[in-house]
Amino acid sequence: MSAKTKTSIHQTDQALGRLAKRKAKENRFRYAGIAAVVIAMAMLGWLVVSLVGTGYTAFFQHYLTITVTLNESDLDPHGARNADQLRKANYRKVIQQALYSRFPDVTDRRGKRSLFQVVSASGATNQVRQMVYQDPDLVGREITITVPTSDDVDQLLKGHIDRNAPEDLRKVSNQQIEWVDQLVASGELTSNFNWRFLTATDSRDPELAGIAGAVVGSAMALGVAFLLSVPVGVGAAVYLEEFAPKNRLTDFIEININNLAAVPSIVFGLLGLAVFLNFFGLPRSAPLVGGMVLGLMTLPTIIIATRSALRAVSPSIVDGALSLGASHTQAVFHHKVPLAASGILTGSIIGMAQALGETAPLLMIGMVAFVTEIPTSIMEPASALPVQIFLWSDSAERAWAERTSAAIIVLLVVLLSMNAIAIFLRSRLERRW
Amino acid sequence: MQHFLSPGILTGAFLITGVVTAFLYGRGLAVSRAQLSADDARAHSLPSYHGYFSAWIVALLAVGVIVPWVTFSGALPKFMFPAMILGAMALGFIIINRLLTPTFRARNHVERFVGGALMICSGVAVLTTFGIVLSLVFESLRFFDQVPVLDFLTGLQWSPQTALREDQVGQSGSFGAVPIFAGTFMITAVAIFIAGPIGLLIAVYLSEYANKRTRAAVKPMVEILAGIPTIVYGFFALLTVGPAIRNFAEGFGLSVPTQSAIAAGSVMGVMIIPFISSLSDDVINAVPQTLRDGSLALGATKSETMTKVIFPAALPGIIGAFLLAVSRAIGETMIVVMAAGRAANLTGNPFEAVTTVTVQIVSLLTGDQEFDSAKTLAAFALGLVLFVFTLFLNVIALLIVRKYRERYE
Repeated sequence: MSAKTKTSIHQTDQALGRLAKRKAKENRFRYAGIAAVVIAMAMLGWLVVSLVGTGYTAFFQHYLTITVTLNESDLDPHGARNADQLRKANYRKVIQQALYSRFPDVTDRRGKRSLFQVVSASGATNQVRQMVYQDPDLVGREITITVPTSDDVDQLLKGHIDRNAPEDLRKVSNQQIEWVDQLVASGELTSNFNWRFLTATDSRDPELAGIAGAVVGSAMALGVAFLLSVPVGVGAAVYLEEFAPKNRLTDFIEININNLAAVPSIVFGLLGLAVFLNFFGLPRSAPLVGGMVLGLMTLPTIIIATRSALRAVSPSIVDGALSLGASHTQAVFHHKVPLAASGILTGSIIGMAQALGETAPLLMIGMVAFVTEIPTSIMEPASALPVQIFLWSDSAERAWAERTSAAIIVLLVVLLSMNAIAIFLRSRLERRW
Repeated sequence: MQHFLSPGILTGAFLITGVVTAFLYGRGLAVSRAQLSADDARAHSLPSYHGYFSAWIVALLAVGVIVPWVTFSGALPKFMFPAMILGAMALGFIIINRLLTPTFRARNHVERFVGGALMICSGVAVLTTFGIVLSLVFESLRFFDQVPVLDFLTGLQWSPQTALREDQVGQSGSFGAVPIFAGTFMITAVAIFIAGPIGLLIAVYLSEYANKRTRAAVKPMVEILAGIPTIVYGFFALLTVGPAIRNFAEGFGLSVPTQSAIAAGSVMGVMIIPFISSLSDDVINAVPQTLRDGSLALGATKSETMTKVIFPAALPGIIGAFLLAVSRAIGETMIVVMAAGRAANLTGNPFEAVTTVTVQIVSLLTGDQEFDSAKTLAAFALGLVLFVFTLFLNVIALLIVRKYRERYE
């Protein structure tokens, strides 16, 4: 209408400036959100990279192939081949002589001692002892064996000990490096997959230590926890969801379960110590007690998961069953619970995964023992995988840090696969109405 | 060991055989008696209910023998045990034979049994709580016999080492828990200081800015942080974060020990990010869309809507989320055991080593111990404080969340 163009108050410089400021603020807010996500992801990435980076080398180990002579005069001077003598014989000497004959120019005592430090002393002697004990005919023969090197040599070859550091700050002497390099060049010292780490039990020597005992202990404890918490948890959930009358007692039970879910895990350990160990007198360090404590701890998780699975089943299923003459119990157990089974299963797997990673309650009931045998029953002292990690983490040597990280990798892989199975089952079995 | 297990396994096998036989017997009995009965009247229950009923009867009677036997073991000669079980089971079979007629309401009885068993299952959860409360209170009372409550709660000196010799100085140890509470508080504060802003921003970004695909990818990734076992975080703090902080501080000419409140607290902060982000996300999503639409329609930007409209509306829920995170941080054990140190320092400096309630419980109860010493009992007193405090936080948090939810429904 009017020829004079009037600028709107929204178009003034001031207004445009304010708008630009508001938009900038909007962008800052948005980027702060993105930054938060990135920081969280970066922490996760840092954790995984630092643990995998430290740990993956533990799956490989350097071994020395060496020819040893099993002199009858040294091992079995009477020639009787009795088991006791064969067990007691001096196998250390056998290994030492094999090394001295490999490097004949080493003559002084210090040199000899330093040469023997290249191999794992107890690993090599036990290996020969085992072989001779099982097959006494080997005495008097010459055999070629592959023995683990000492952890220092192993770390040197993995590049974790700096060759260029001054000799007195280094765990491996110049001479030892020279020998090791010769052995590597001749192909006698090689790097192989470290089966021992997966099949052996705990040891004082890092090059001999493995996780098998801890894995078996964890599996036993988890088995007990599963047998305790899944039937009881599912039963409790079915009762609360389907049978419980609406009254004060039921409310009390519900509040109780919700609070139990938030009790710190270490308090369950105190419960186990006071009730299971001191009151009922069950054995210390046993997977039975560990499993019971973990079972009680996962009980709320399973109850809550089962209840939501039951709630997700369409009411028409139960109505249909009831209208065909089924009793309430029949409708629940023949129709509702089977249809909720996938949800219950998923919840149980996730609960068990939680229990597997739990350490603190196991410390309370004494599952921190140094156990060098694979436990054969749930009443025997045992360790568990997370506790093994805790025990190893106390040692400062690089070789232990490597093994601790490797045990963590194993734990995380198991947890990841349990969760993956749960997610897979959920996506395959879940029904929607 | 062999000695211990074999009678148990034998009894179990015996019991299972008896129960299964009873099921088959009862079921068969019901079928044959229904066929024999002359009149057309149909049996009240399906044959398998007769079977279940029989199995229950036999199992109950057998357990009625086993439980008193195990609790009062040794009162009677050993050979009596199989004889008594056998007798109880035989009695069961006689009862079954009497009761099971076609008109017997087997299903109703079985369903009553099932209901009872389910109720006992939910009773286990209650029993666990009672067990926790009773054991903590009982042991704490014994501790407070030796150390006055007020000394424990207000004392500034914590050195629980009991002496080896009677006449040694300070042989009773001192149990003033204030340095421990202060350390717990400091580590929790560091953790919340890290997790609070990051978690909240993640929640805001995921609920208001991210598209569906980003959300579906990022949310589970963030939640992985809560699924990693705490022992893994502990070792991460010890191996990587602690040294990193030490090196960083050395760059400024400061000396920070590898084990410090800041190292443990920041790693714990990472762990509780998902607690804050997931709960806040739920709360923010629960704010009615109309509030959002109204604000946007008036020309507010998304961030203005967030800070001026949604955030105030969601505040109670967010506070609840923070309280739950605090309770989680206070009860967390392995990270602090590995990364925070054991010495009870009363300090306000997060770059020093401090100790927490959970660390002290672990160090008092691992290693050599005699059970009745003040040293071990102190762990239960600390456990009681921990339990009461986390319970209190949870109850408050749940109350806040619930009250807030009612407002919009």
